[in-house]
Amino acid sequence: MKDIFKVANKKLKSRLIVGTGKYKSFQETAKAVEASGADMVTVAVRRVNILDKKKPMLTDYLNPKKIIFLPNTAGCFNSSDALRTLRLAREMGGWKLVKLEVLGDKKTLYPNMIETIKSTKILTKEGFKVMVYCTDDPLLAKKLEDNGAVAIMPLASPIGSGLGLQNKVNISIIIKQSKVPVIVDAGIGTASDATVAMELGCDGVLINSAIAMAKKPIIMAKAFKDAVISGRNSYLAGRMQKNYIASPSSPIKGLI
Amino acid sequence: MAKIQLNGKKITINSKSSIQDLLKKHNLINKKIAIELNGIIIPKIKFKKKYLKNKDKVEVVHFIGGG
Repeated sequence: MKDIFKVANKKLKSRLIVGTGKYKSFQETAKAVEASGADMVTVAVRRVNILDKKKPMLTDYLNPKKIIFLPNTAGCFNSSDALRTLRLAREMGGWKLVKLEVLGDKKTLYPNMIETIKSTKILTKEGFKVMVYCTDDPLLAKKLEDNGAVAIMPLASPIGSGLGLQNKVNISIIIKQSKVPVIVDAGIGTASDATVAMELGCDGVLINSAIAMAKKPIIMAKAFKDAVISGRNSYLAGRMQKNYIASPSSPIKGLI
Repeated sequence: MAKIQLNGKKITINSKSSIQDLLKKHNLINKKIAIELNGIIIPKIKFKKKYLKNKDKVEVVHFIGGG
């Protein structure tokens, strides 16, 4: 059976998308990305350090021709900053597929959904394909889809918290109602959290801190690769029904 | 000579410097970067012909690690 994962007509081999922040070095980033099997990574847009001409760049370690770069708007707290960032990202290499996140609060990094919806609409009109970080509110997720989002990316819990999937019910409702891929973004803490998200029927997961902040990030990257595959297979296989009485696994007939 | 602001830092450049000259000076030719001049994005094809003048504000950005 072919199980194809597509975002805005782009076919992805892996349902695991990884972030490239928080690593100790670019070498470690590159190794973790490789171990994760991801073919898409998120990247941020920032000023070049003009004082240090020899400072290595991320693109010296990750080749955008071999791996899909998904520019994000991390750190943007309003629509105009997010738009500016993504327009610059597009200029850098013709990227149209982007990840939008407009934050609303410095402490929780919770998304500002009013600004997020507004930005999604503008970016879509400008020809961007927008994957959108959002709250797990099904009505707002629907609103994003109606405004052109190519993927809905609800948080599992606050960014970098590692608290795992806190609202399975809402995520399930969003999965059921969405016609575009649903990718759980933010808050996943460990490999089993990713499996749970995939078992619910998420199309993919986006992981950064859980890999980068693990004691051994490269091993954790591999763990997430396996966890996502496992979760997906489990979802496709369809779990058995839950029963409140026991059912013996060995036949009763022929018992001595 | 012209005084410009590059990524928030005040620097002095030769008059009649283009964006291309500025990039060359900072080892940024053929790097994955984007340029904003006074808030407006400048496409790559205009780097050679876009000359910088006094008080210009230039932003040079690139991709870094992020989630």
